[in-house]
Amino acid sequence: MQVPAPFDYVRATSVQNALELLERHGPEARVIAGGHSLLPMMKLRLARPEWLIDINDIGELRHITVDGDWLRVGALTRHADLLASEVVGRLFPIVHDAERVIADPVVRNRGTIGGSLGQADPAEDLTTVCDVLRARVFIAAGAGERTVDIHDFHRGPYETACEQHELMIEVRFPIRARSGSAYEKVERRVGDWAVGAAGAALWMAEDGTVADATIGLTALGLEGLAVDAAAVLIGERPSEDLFAEAADLAAAASSPVEDQRGPVDYKRHLAGELTRRVLGRALDRAAHPTVVHGG
Amino acid sequence: MQVTMTVNGTEVTRDVEPRLLLVHFLRETLGLTGTHWGCDTSNCGTCVVLVDGEPVKSCTALAAMTAGHEVRTVEGMATGATLDPVQQGFMEEHGLQCGFCTPGMMLTARALLDRNPDPDEREIREAISGQICRCTGYATIVRSIRWAADHPASESTPSEVPA
Repeated sequence: MQVPAPFDYVRATSVQNALELLERHGPEARVIAGGHSLLPMMKLRLARPEWLIDINDIGELRHITVDGDWLRVGALTRHADLLASEVVGRLFPIVHDAERVIADPVVRNRGTIGGSLGQADPAEDLTTVCDVLRARVFIAAGAGERTVDIHDFHRGPYETACEQHELMIEVRFPIRARSGSAYEKVERRVGDWAVGAAGAALWMAEDGTVADATIGLTALGLEGLAVDAAAVLIGERPSEDLFAEAADLAAAASSPVEDQRGPVDYKRHLAGELTRRVLGRALDRAAHPTVVHGG
Repeated sequence: MQVTMTVNGTEVTRDVEPRLLLVHFLRETLGLTGTHWGCDTSNCGTCVVLVDGEPVKSCTALAAMTAGHEVRTVEGMATGATLDPVQQGFMEEHGLQCGFCTPGMMLTARALLDRNPDPDEREIREAISGQICRCTGYATIVRSIRWAADHPASESTPSEVPA
């Protein structure tokens, strides 16, 4: 029987209240939202917080809003909320691709975008999605707010730029015209960690060439974006050969490790093949922007 | 700490340790052992209960976090002597063998049908994909849920709750 070590529990009533509680209870306090990363770690005694600050009652942190050129997603937004959102699927189909393969439908009822990014597991899908979409993370601290690029937010495995006394409040995605995005993961069974996954976004110019592109990999030993792979696409007219070239570069940029989910060669093959597939799907979606994919 | 929540329509208040998991609150504090306790790692799904109508793995939720919410367990599915159509479906289509996964499967099915009264096989399989059955190969579970969709409460023949 797995039982967390004893702790004290308090519910935060607002963002300001959560910050006060974090300040009051110090370095051994942890914020809990969906709890599907923190509670398992507490049950294994890998985490032993003295205080849990429950933010589930802070309704202002659970929202999906289009605001000018940004899609704003509150940190407490559940995976199931993202998957059910028509506007998310229309603007950023990559989010729906990823959400369909994050954990399982029951876990998705509880887990949150803030929790996923905050856990910063190397096999976590939304970190790659946010990298590819060049998202920005808003963090409440003291009396103010600060914002960091997802690239700077993610500092490595299980480490982020959100400090102990701060609270992640929102993720913002820039909305740009003529864009398409996609994500594909290989997993052994529903809810397992990824063997490997790839995500890509394309922003097209009016003349049909690629204006901008991003490629990211999950669980394949690449921190941040595959910059060299994306660079060969820019200014070019999309073709199967071009995408194959980018896929080869993404595979070369990967640095997978052998484990029970597969050997290095297989995972590197996945890095290339999945990159090729998501580029094709992203292009298709950029060309047909009104199609709503799933949800 | 004191927690108050609604379980199967009845408000309950108990003194608990903050670290008490919802599954143990239901089974040990309230004696509702219909909720099963399996892998303890949010993988198997036998501990699924409905919180505010949504399936939740109760091994990965604290009783403290559930305070103020509505919980429904398998004990709350039947209405008096009348089985929920999902329960009836599991009887009609042999949706269980050992029965260990059954409470969680049935509650997830109930939530699915409340949201989507006419799910196809793919939607049913997706809904239960976070829950493991080692007996049936899932085929009879899918048929059971489909039976319930074809026999909503008002149309099904009342059936005695087995003693």
